[in-house]
Amino acid sequence: MITLNGRIVDDADELSVAALLSRENYVSSRVAVECNGRIIPKAQYEHKQVTDGDVLEVVCFVGGG
Amino acid sequence: MKIKINGKATSTDSSSLFQLMSERRIAPDNLIVILNGFQTPEDLPVHDGDEVVFIEKGKMPDRTEFEAMMSARHTPHIYEKLKQARVALAGLGGLGSTIAVALARTGVGKLHLVDFDVVEPSNLNRQQYKIKHLGMKKTEALKMELEEINPFITVLIDTAKIAEDNIPHLFAEDDIVCEAFDQPDAKAMLVNGLREHFPNKKIVAASGLAGYESGNFIATKRLMKNLYLCGDGTTEARIGRGLMAPRVSICAGHQANMVLRLIMGMEDA
Repeated sequence: MITLNGRIVDDADELSVAALLSRENYVSSRVAVECNGRIIPKAQYEHKQVTDGDVLEVVCFVGGG
Repeated sequence: MKIKINGKATSTDSSSLFQLMSERRIAPDNLIVILNGFQTPEDLPVHDGDEVVFIEKGKMPDRTEFEAMMSARHTPHIYEKLKQARVALAGLGGLGSTIAVALARTGVGKLHLVDFDVVEPSNLNRQQYKIKHLGMKKTEALKMELEEINPFITVLIDTAKIAEDNIPHLFAEDDIVCEAFDQPDAKAMLVNGLREHFPNKKIVAASGLAGYESGNFIATKRLMKNLYLCGDGTTEARIGRGLMAPRVSICAGHQANMVLRLIMGMEDA
């Protein structure tokens, strides 16, 4: 069980960050992801696994400026 | 007693504003009188340590008086804090140029402008440039504008395309960075890079400000410890939905106000 943007997600343990983002319909090039208060570098998305109890914040950007 | 008049320490025997005016032979016509940050038409008493500014409309003051006049409506200790701050604008489009103008008027001491692009006609619908700037580097055009608005701030420029590899070098000296890009991938790249290299730096970013949806949907949120995000979060620029001055300005105003709050030590959105 993890927390994603304040929401409890039950079946995410052992997924990579990339797989979780894809499953939640995020475009990985447009997000910043923090895990337990620390930013996850993009280079780690493929191999870093989400583990039980993690608190994730995903910030997603849309275009315009 | 000793008071400050137009920024200069002065001794006087006058005990009210009107007495001061007659002592200094200043005519009351076309005159603005500001006592300790408050504009007043009344003959208020003057006390030791007060700060008085007389502004004669239509008359160009000398340089030393000018800064006192510009900051006359600020509370003094706020002005000093602002003067010490250094803020970067990453991207000088509708958001970045508008934030920069607001912060220059507010008196932020150092503004660091970063953009690689030149001013072209489609910028003029929402960005703080004029016809005379067409074809100029945005960094140079905006520096010119800001120095006409407030000559007492320092404007630093870097004409460069911001990428993962130059983020550590470009933003090392800035206290606060405003993300003011147009493209979503570039926004994410900058925020990721800053958070990785400078976890303690404050970032004020934007997302969702296109079109002419209600301005009331635009808000400032604190999403991570040092990341603030302004906008409605969803209204993207796309085919059929443009970017226009009113909503872009609302979002830029949110970003500039968050920067001001951070400089004053307020960390809540």
